[in-house]
Amino acid sequence: MITTQDLLDAIGAHGERTYPEECCGFLLGEMGPEGNRVVALHPVENRQEGNRERRYVITPADYNTADRAARAQGLDIVGIYHSHPDHPARPSETDLAEATFPGYTYVIVSVKQGRAADLTAWTLAPDRSRFESEPIITAAAQPA
Amino acid sequence: MSTTITQTTVFIPTPLRAYTDKNARVSVEGSTVGEVLSNLVTQYPSLKQHLYDEKGNLRQFVNIFRNDEDIRHLERENTPLRAGDELSIVPSIAGGCGA
Repeated sequence: MITTQDLLDAIGAHGERTYPEECCGFLLGEMGPEGNRVVALHPVENRQEGNRERRYVITPADYNTADRAARAQGLDIVGIYHSHPDHPARPSETDLAEATFPGYTYVIVSVKQGRAADLTAWTLAPDRSRFESEPIITAAAQPA
Repeated sequence: MSTTITQTTVFIPTPLRAYTDKNARVSVEGSTVGEVLSNLVTQYPSLKQHLYDEKGNLRQFVNIFRNDEDIRHLERENTPLRAGDELSIVPSIAGGCGA
């Protein structure tokens, strides 16, 4: 994915605010031949009932709200982010079991003892068998 | 006697547009949700594996909305469609570091 350091920092900051629970949200931007360009975030509430330290859920209603917000800005939902409190920034078996569509960028930020640490990006393989690492390219914010 | 063929607009989530010739919305014939989805994946065969599991059921995380209503609260894939209805494919998203 192509994004800015400010947005990566904002994902980490969200993970710090919800620590020790997982945070989650949408990556908004556009899908292009060079990859997913992320230009805005749409944070959402973790709707998991209980065990939010280890699980997150985003409801279809929250997806629809995010989709409308994206389209109002001329953007699309291009991915999802969430945090792993005191766990590595790698997709878990749960992440793979719950994965949606190949093509989304899945960002994971590790939050260690309340501080944002590693941040990684992944994409689901077309055959859904595994997550593949996706490079993160940071560019200067484009003028509006 | 005239036969009315209902055309329904199906909204395609961004990553699945790779399989619909980049179309964000596709007009599909059918009088029920199931018929429209079946015709959709006939029209775009590479879409099928992302919407249906190996047993031919809609994947667990795939939700279909008729206008603003989840078809699970209607008649699921037998939900009837009228002219002007719109279908959205909406993923349930979940995960996390623990089981």
